[in-house]
Amino acid sequence: MGELSRHRVLGLSDQQVMDMYRFMVLARMVDERMWLLNRSGKTHFVISCQGQEGAQAGAGLALQPGLDFIFPYYRDLCLMLMLGHTAKTELLSAFGRAEEPNSGGRQMPGHYGDRKLRIFTGSSPVGTQIPHAVGAALAAKMRHESYVSFVSFGEGTSNQGDFHEAANFAGVRKLPVVFFCENNQYAISIPARKELACENVADRAVGYGFEGIAVDGTDPLAVYEAVKHAVDKARAGEGPTLVEAKAYRLVPHSSDDDDRTYRSREEVEAAKQRDSLIRMKNYLTETELWDNEKEESLRKDLLAEINEATTYAEQAANPDPASLSRYVYAEAGDQ
Amino acid sequence: MAVKQYIDAIHDALYEEMQRDERVFVLGEDVGVRGGVFRATVGLYETFGEYRALDFPLTESAIVGVAIGAAAAGMIPVAEIQFADFILPAVNQIISEAAKIRYRSNNEWSSPIVIRAPYGGGIHGGLYHSQSVEALFTHVPGLKVVTPSTPYDAKGMLKASIRDPDPVLFFEHKKLYRLLKEEVPDEDYVVPLGKATIRMDGEDITVISYGYALHLVLEAAQLLSQEGISSHVLDLRTLRPLDNEAILTAAKKTGKVLIVHEDNKVHGIGAEVSALIAEQALFDLDAPIARLAGPEVPAMPFSSVLEREYQLSVDKVAQAMRSLAQF
Repeated sequence: MGELSRHRVLGLSDQQVMDMYRFMVLARMVDERMWLLNRSGKTHFVISCQGQEGAQAGAGLALQPGLDFIFPYYRDLCLMLMLGHTAKTELLSAFGRAEEPNSGGRQMPGHYGDRKLRIFTGSSPVGTQIPHAVGAALAAKMRHESYVSFVSFGEGTSNQGDFHEAANFAGVRKLPVVFFCENNQYAISIPARKELACENVADRAVGYGFEGIAVDGTDPLAVYEAVKHAVDKARAGEGPTLVEAKAYRLVPHSSDDDDRTYRSREEVEAAKQRDSLIRMKNYLTETELWDNEKEESLRKDLLAEINEATTYAEQAANPDPASLSRYVYAEAGDQ
Repeated sequence: MAVKQYIDAIHDALYEEMQRDERVFVLGEDVGVRGGVFRATVGLYETFGEYRALDFPLTESAIVGVAIGAAAAGMIPVAEIQFADFILPAVNQIISEAAKIRYRSNNEWSSPIVIRAPYGGGIHGGLYHSQSVEALFTHVPGLKVVTPSTPYDAKGMLKASIRDPDPVLFFEHKKLYRLLKEEVPDEDYVVPLGKATIRMDGEDITVISYGYALHLVLEAAQLLSQEGISSHVLDLRTLRPLDNEAILTAAKKTGKVLIVHEDNKVHGIGAEVSALIAEQALFDLDAPIARLAGPEVPAMPFSSVLEREYQLSVDKVAQAMRSLAQF
């Protein structure tokens, strides 16, 4: 089989790679639905994962949901779906409904969190989650626990002080943390060449005394391999790793951005040809795990799931206005 | 019961809480081997090991951010910011993160951290080792801000802060560290957050203060008593949440209110306290609410002459109290 059995060489079953692809397609279709709802005036905001599904799917498969502490950022829709969220939870979030698990409608879509899944609550100022991940990793080391901390962020965020402060401390104390940079080439309108003087974000790791790995973020199996290596190393007490997955943001920064003002359509079209969804579908087809019939059936099933989730979310209850002033501080019985 | 300095009370609270609960640990610059530049954490490294008395690189944002993450994973971190002046790089972590974690996660996550920081001037610390930064944080819902003024309160309130389920900024006026001694119980006790206390009972004027300035007020009140002026002195102790009831009761008692703090006046603690009294006790007042506070300059200069000019003193406080009494 040679090249065609890459996933088996990595220790992944046929079912695992097909599931991985399923999550990538689900993420793309949920994301597209969110844009549709926004453009039709039904929701206020979208921040997208499109172009980063493959990177997130590879990373997600290397983690242990419910054991590892996860500190995601606002583009991690595919990762969240792999860790246990669903089309329904994220569409509820798009509508800001009371029962959405990230924040009960308090935060914009894409601001993930879920305590039962050990997914810490995130915010909008970029990079603040990186020291949090290092803090959870410190707690693991202090108590000799087996979880690792996983934190994701964009290449733009790798310029923030919080990234450097946290990476430095993690390196000093050899903490069990995986820094996962999803390099989508843009910080809103600023291209990577105007943000970074080094060739790879991964090159920054050496300054903090640990390994940095740059991988093709449109190749989910390559990302899996790199993140699995980093997770195994962290779990074995051998310290942090910075994995950079090079991808491309296929859509504007958010529903309030217009990327035609700063990048050419030709550039975007070229990136679409390198889409991780196409690559993964081709891989599955070449390994004879997949065909057009399966593709059609998958998309039909996912569409039904998303339609049902959309209807549910649209009709779901809003937060009670009287709840506005709750949970500023602990209430009686809270921890 | 033993006679203790303020700094010893802080140390004892840390030591006892770390003994009581193995989730409690301290982190910050020089808190380990050195035992803290003010010696608040002396001996913790030897007793509890290098991770529970954790020396940290010079990265204030990460000190707080790592504390938040460790708390998310079940620890109870007590972060030390070496001087309150250096807390500013950590403000994003304090205001965007710690203060909002419970609220934004709809009560799923919380941030039970304590951030200790020595503040205040009068120790020849110049602009960047003298500031009072409390008002920057008292505006922020989700934070608790405390400023104990005695060794007894320092120990009891630090224990209460460590046991509190929400983020607490614990400001220690560095001039108090070795200024006064008092009896501090050896046995476990807490002084609840959010409760002010009467430091002196009187009839003619009410003076509301906290921190080092409170001691100037008490000294001035002794002077004034010799002139026949009786002062009622309230120590706020906690600045957020304010003890509204205690403030209103104290204001109504004499009908004449002076608020005294070292921090500068504009948009300061005194503004909030006086607004509260104006809103809810205006018709019990016999004089305009008065404030005595630091000047509107960026910070306290190094030169002894300029430092003295900046600072409050017993004389300045006594004069303000006398003026109010004579109104």
